[in-house]
Amino acid sequence: MGGLDSSSMETDLDRPNIEEYLTTETIREVPKKLHLSDLLDISPTLTEAAGAIVDDSFTRCFKSNSPEPWNWNIYLFPLWCLGVVVRYGILFPARVGVLALGWIVFFAAFLPVHFLIRGHDKWRRKIERKLVEMMCSVFVASWTGVIKYHGPRPSRRPQQVFVANHTSMIDFIILEQMTAFAVIMQKHPGWVGFIQKTILESVGCIWFNRTESKDREVVATKIREHTQGVDNNPLLIFPEGTCVNNHYTVMFKKGAFELGCAVCPVAIKYNKIFVDAFWNSKKQSFTTHLAQLMTSWAVVCDVWYLEPQYIRPGEIPIEFAERVRDMISVRAGLKKVPWDGYLKYFRPSPKLTERKQQIFAESVLKRLEEK
Amino acid sequence: MGNASSMLTQYDIEEVQEHCNYLFSQQEIVALYNRFCQLDRTAKGFISSDEFLSIPEFSLNPLSQRLLKMVDGLNFKDFVAFLSAFSPQATPQQKVELIFKVYDVDGKGRVTFKDLLEVLRDLTGSFMSEEQREKVLGQVLEEAGYSRESSLYLEDFMKVLSKAGLKMEVEVPVD
Repeated sequence: MGGLDSSSMETDLDRPNIEEYLTTETIREVPKKLHLSDLLDISPTLTEAAGAIVDDSFTRCFKSNSPEPWNWNIYLFPLWCLGVVVRYGILFPARVGVLALGWIVFFAAFLPVHFLIRGHDKWRRKIERKLVEMMCSVFVASWTGVIKYHGPRPSRRPQQVFVANHTSMIDFIILEQMTAFAVIMQKHPGWVGFIQKTILESVGCIWFNRTESKDREVVATKIREHTQGVDNNPLLIFPEGTCVNNHYTVMFKKGAFELGCAVCPVAIKYNKIFVDAFWNSKKQSFTTHLAQLMTSWAVVCDVWYLEPQYIRPGEIPIEFAERVRDMISVRAGLKKVPWDGYLKYFRPSPKLTERKQQIFAESVLKRLEEK
Repeated sequence: MGNASSMLTQYDIEEVQEHCNYLFSQQEIVALYNRFCQLDRTAKGFISSDEFLSIPEFSLNPLSQRLLKMVDGLNFKDFVAFLSAFSPQATPQQKVELIFKVYDVDGKGRVTFKDLLEVLRDLTGSFMSEEQREKVLGQVLEEAGYSRESSLYLEDFMKVLSKAGLKMEVEVPVD
């Protein structure tokens, strides 16, 4: 696929040095004379375009597969109907009840603590942390989450960041249940934004806005400050920058990997048999997504806390990011694609097209000189 | 949503197959339909330019703008007909016909020096000057027995490209 070798300047470093493999005679291959057929024959370019139209590795990352219907039978269908009745009629109201109760308890405890206990900051933060963890447990219970954690639990110490693959905003809730992380999130509208502003501020979250270009430097500074603080909650970053469908990983942004501190990878894999946890933000709002989870049987997933990694001497941040992405992809059984997740929102850089044009132009000019 | 193959009846599949000269199998047409529905996010019945450009690999193709003029707004039947030139079953003539249409994007039936220049400009960008492009085209045209003023017709394209051994095939992933 044409995309693979021109997708990013960064991957140029991964390509082997061709000169090492070819002898000098074959490199100086005599260029053939240029004919009309060479210029009229645009078939390679057309084939690439048609190939992209028919199937491309980027769109595949965001495809939510509609579940196979299994209720086609005369006896499976009533069983499925019964299941629907149980899920929508019994489970869903019970879960909504649990969630509502959880929110009430949470706010009843959080608001007084947040506004009244001034001066005993350390205590206040500790209580708020526990409350957030509790609230996340309530959320997880409201979808009947069955989550297996593997590996040592994250510890609170400075000079470390956690990175994980991203499938939905519930990734954050699942991880937050175990440890109160400070996370970097896209600013959202609506009730999610409200929660972001009030509660998540207390665990030390950092906001970014994809559409603002200067944003990246501001966020990078904030991240650096956070990792150096001793009493801050451990920082969780999703380097893909967008939700992917839990079958692939897109390129990791290097921001988390050039901080000079330990990077602890976390791999998350959802079991699709119970529910597809991929949040296709273009197709559904978060509320619809939650409702879908709450009317399914369960959310089953595995979380692996992997060994902390440090940047090796001579390794650049992008290589470090790729190495960690490798670890996470292997652990969670995901395939890697060389695309930047932000291509969901922005067009690819014209530099990639220019590269193709440059290669073609140079070959034409070289062959022109052969007479 | 609307990406189940049950939306396409057997009649529909056969109609589309006939329209594309039987160059795709029925399974491939179903797979292409799923792809069409995936790209047509708002279920309008055609894929807009914007939706084509959201495919990064397509967007960075030098001929993307020219191809967009041909594929923008196509319904599913014509979409398959367009892609049929890339089927392994397609004849060299059918492939040359598509190449001709890409050059003759305004459909006048002949390709002028200006069209050749436009395509070469798309392919080389700022890495060749306009004079260089004109010089190259002039030279190869002369060598093949044409001049700058001559217009090339489909037969000319067939003649020139028949020896080229066109490799223009795309595989439709059938799951």
